[in-house]
Amino acid sequence: MGALVGALAPRMRWYRSWARDPRLVALALLLSAFGIAMIYSAGVLNVPSQVTQGAWLRQFVWLIVSLSAFTVLTRINPGWIEWAAMPAFLLAVVLIAATFAIGTGEGTAEGTSQWIRIGAFGFQPAEFAKIAAILGLARVLAASPQSPRNLRDLLAPAALIALPLGLVVLQGDLGTALAFVGILFAGLFWAGTPALHLFLLASPGVALLLSFDTRIWSAYIVGLAIFVYVSRYRLYLAESFAVVLANIVAGTIALPLWNSLSGYQQNRLLVFLDPNLDPRGAGWNLIQSKVAIGSGGLFGKGFTEGTQKRLDFLPEQHTDFIFSVIGEELGFIGSLVAIAAFFFLLARLAQLAERTADPFSGLVLFGIFGAWAVHIFVNVGMTIGLVPITGIPLPFVSYGGTFLLTCWTMAALAVRLGEEET
Amino acid sequence: MKAIHPLLRKHRGRVSTFALLGMMGLLAAGFFRVQVVGGPAWALQAESNRLRVLPMPAPRGTIFDRWGRVIADNVPAYSVSLFPAPSDSIRATLSRLDPFLGLGEEAVEVLVAQAEADRRQPLVVLRDAGFEAVAAIEERRSEFPGVFLEVRPKRRYMGGAALGHVLGYVGEISGAELENPRFEGYEARMVVGKEGLERQYEEGLQGTQGVRFVEVDAVGRIVGSFEGQAATPAHPGEDLHLHLDLDLMEFIHETFPEGMRGAVVLLNAEDGGILALYSAPSFDPNEFVGGIDPQVWTALNTDPERPLFNRAVVGRYPPASTWKLATGIIGMELGELHAGEVMPVACTGRYTALGRTSSCWNLSGHGYLDLAGAIANSCNVYFYQVGVRVGLERLVTEGDQLGFNDRCGVDLPAESSGTFPDDLSFYERRFGYRPAENEVMSLSIGQGPNDQTPLRMAQFYLALGRDDGIAPAPRLAQAGAGAEAGPVWDLHASPETLVELRRGLRQVTSASGTAFRASLEHWDLIGKTGTAQRMDGEPNDAWFLGLAGPWGVPSEIVVAVIVEQGESGSGRAAPIAAKAADFYLRRKYDIPVDTIQTLGEHLDRGVPAPWARWSAP
Repeated sequence: MGALVGALAPRMRWYRSWARDPRLVALALLLSAFGIAMIYSAGVLNVPSQVTQGAWLRQFVWLIVSLSAFTVLTRINPGWIEWAAMPAFLLAVVLIAATFAIGTGEGTAEGTSQWIRIGAFGFQPAEFAKIAAILGLARVLAASPQSPRNLRDLLAPAALIALPLGLVVLQGDLGTALAFVGILFAGLFWAGTPALHLFLLASPGVALLLSFDTRIWSAYIVGLAIFVYVSRYRLYLAESFAVVLANIVAGTIALPLWNSLSGYQQNRLLVFLDPNLDPRGAGWNLIQSKVAIGSGGLFGKGFTEGTQKRLDFLPEQHTDFIFSVIGEELGFIGSLVAIAAFFFLLARLAQLAERTADPFSGLVLFGIFGAWAVHIFVNVGMTIGLVPITGIPLPFVSYGGTFLLTCWTMAALAVRLGEEET
Repeated sequence: MKAIHPLLRKHRGRVSTFALLGMMGLLAAGFFRVQVVGGPAWALQAESNRLRVLPMPAPRGTIFDRWGRVIADNVPAYSVSLFPAPSDSIRATLSRLDPFLGLGEEAVEVLVAQAEADRRQPLVVLRDAGFEAVAAIEERRSEFPGVFLEVRPKRRYMGGAALGHVLGYVGEISGAELENPRFEGYEARMVVGKEGLERQYEEGLQGTQGVRFVEVDAVGRIVGSFEGQAATPAHPGEDLHLHLDLDLMEFIHETFPEGMRGAVVLLNAEDGGILALYSAPSFDPNEFVGGIDPQVWTALNTDPERPLFNRAVVGRYPPASTWKLATGIIGMELGELHAGEVMPVACTGRYTALGRTSSCWNLSGHGYLDLAGAIANSCNVYFYQVGVRVGLERLVTEGDQLGFNDRCGVDLPAESSGTFPDDLSFYERRFGYRPAENEVMSLSIGQGPNDQTPLRMAQFYLALGRDDGIAPAPRLAQAGAGAEAGPVWDLHASPETLVELRRGLRQVTSASGTAFRASLEHWDLIGKTGTAQRMDGEPNDAWFLGLAGPWGVPSEIVVAVIVEQGESGSGRAAPIAAKAADFYLRRKYDIPVDTIQTLGEHLDRGVPAPWARWSAP
């Protein structure tokens, strides 16, 4: 696909001059158009539904808005972006914090309060915060004179991300929180953080997951301690102690943390382990999604012809579970093509980062890479039970105005910063 | 940060591309596993996910009367059903449906239990929902996931209470019935015959249930029929043609004395076809359609009049004087009695023999009588003497041989056999004493341990009315309905005996007989009255057994009437029998039916009856 786009794109001069990066933008355009088509299909039901009625049309309007934003953003001075990074970050944090006071629910996320509404216009600060966090993190990392070499060097960037991440966790939005984690690790990786330190940074998270079984967790702590001892020449003593301590603390607070999760979140994690635990409740989404995708087979049931979708068995079929519709109607071939398109999109980001000598630009490109990779992997993976179900949309494809705009803004940043030659 | 060295960037780019490749490879492998490897299994799951099987009940066979008039048919009725679901959700849905259907808490529990008993079949909540309930549910379809409306055939009985006992009724098959081998192949929620003809001919009437496949959405609403699998249509049940006469049944229902208990049976003499079989009080089988109201059910079951009890077929009564003809047959066939023989002892109102003195009903006495005269006057003394001649042992043996311990084999699910001593040990078994020889006296006039159903007595008189003395088994259904006809009843009586007995029967309705007032203008009605003492000391039960038809030819119909506590066979039972016979025969021969039928009715109302045969024939 990438090759095809690459072959066609250079012949269209006006397109090249508008897109700046023909390949990346072509992929993003294709995915957006594909998304609108699938949102249209998700609305073709045998039972009338208010939710999906005309959703594709609204998404189309949002695409126009997004493309306009893209056009403007790709023509601004890159220096402004760097200059705006920290103020944008602070604004984002304030806005998320504000949702606790003035936030409302909307659409399929009716029960939450992640939206800020100004007149007829509503948006999710958390989406904006992703961009802001990418910029802020890039700014902080680029400001340091050299690559992070020890865990203390990771403190500032980790704390920076922890602020918005903590806030969205408090909102109950685990999916967006994962995106922030992706942004952090992608940024640290590009900044040259040693793999050992990235692992140690992630280790308390692993301890948290493993703590569901005391024996496994104990074995893990012992293993970690030995590993830290073996790596003693590359670590400060204080670091080693801090890591082991953090892991122990993580394991200890796991239970109260678990209890602080709301019922549906607990269920989502439990049914990930065993969907048949609650087949008509929390396991319903996963089972129905797998039934839809599985029954699509190799070639699928044909565009708009998905029976499971038509009969409204699929949950959130135009937003979070849009990939179930893709799987059911376009089959394994269609799923594979879609996955490949996302691969080329991300690979192009990595390629742009590779070419960019400017540390800030590379870090922003990689932050976007991290955010999208998490979104794609978690969203697509959850439809077949590869990862737990979290409310996280598929970039460019899922229905959602703010999200589409965010994706295209990120694309604009990537294009603008990526074109700076060394 | 200083610019990152190009080689490092290249390295990191490569690492991240590989990581990306790994992630996307994992996703691709996952989809391969679900869609290509597991595809067929998931496809099957998808079908069962959205497919529901709905049974399509077959309309029951239509029941026709002898003239081809519809007695029972089917009309479409809306039923409210629920797809199988966990008990809790069924209970919740039912309680939300309750305000619209008016089920009541008790009924909800019964329905939940029904749903638990069979988890595969949809639960039928209401078989005959009213228009308003249907409209209310249809409007709120989205509020009632798993609830669907369908049109099911509903039984409709034309004759109402006139035919309750004969037709029986239908209802949802019970758990016990499902385990019964008779109902092999039946499924829960099916409607089956519970009593009467509906039960007797259930297999034929039922037909074959069809199935259709519907698609449902995630909340169990029917979206449409499934195109992948053709529906199997239901095959309606076989029609049932009866000997019964619908109008005659309605006529009897109207003319039977209000508030009295009893039974009326009319048989076609030629083939034993049952023209009428009526038991009073009756019930309306339409009340049972779509599930009977528990209050109505309780009322029917606790009513001291026992409206659900079929007196014509299951009720047993001492035959009293109507049985004297059996004594006559036994005496004549044993050679103890000859045609026209006058008994040596004249009736003086009482008779003493074998150490016992028994009285006649007419205490002033009948004087000397021959057999016909004794039948006409129902003289006890005459039959005491016949009984003494025959002797207890022979009367018991011959009576048993004659068939008074048997049943007719009518095509109904329940029928009582007659009760009669099969030999002398019967008394010891039943009552714990050796019978004295003089027991023969009460037995010979139809009393003592002798109980017969009205239907059995009707068959007895049918045999008496025919020249060969052989009565075919009474049957409700015309030939070809499946059930085998019962055995014929052969009296093994000589034509002379039968002629002599019928001579006596004719005198009963002649000017000197007990039932003269029951005689009819157009028809030769002969018969025998009976008045049976009741054990409970209440007024006597009244019998009339008769034969009727045009003059000069063998009788065409037999009529049996019993009125519990009717006191007088001639006064109470005979007119009912005469009117029913007249009604049937007039319509058969195209003579307009008059409301004033019997001689008695003419006399009472001062209507001239020039046809009355005041002189003996």
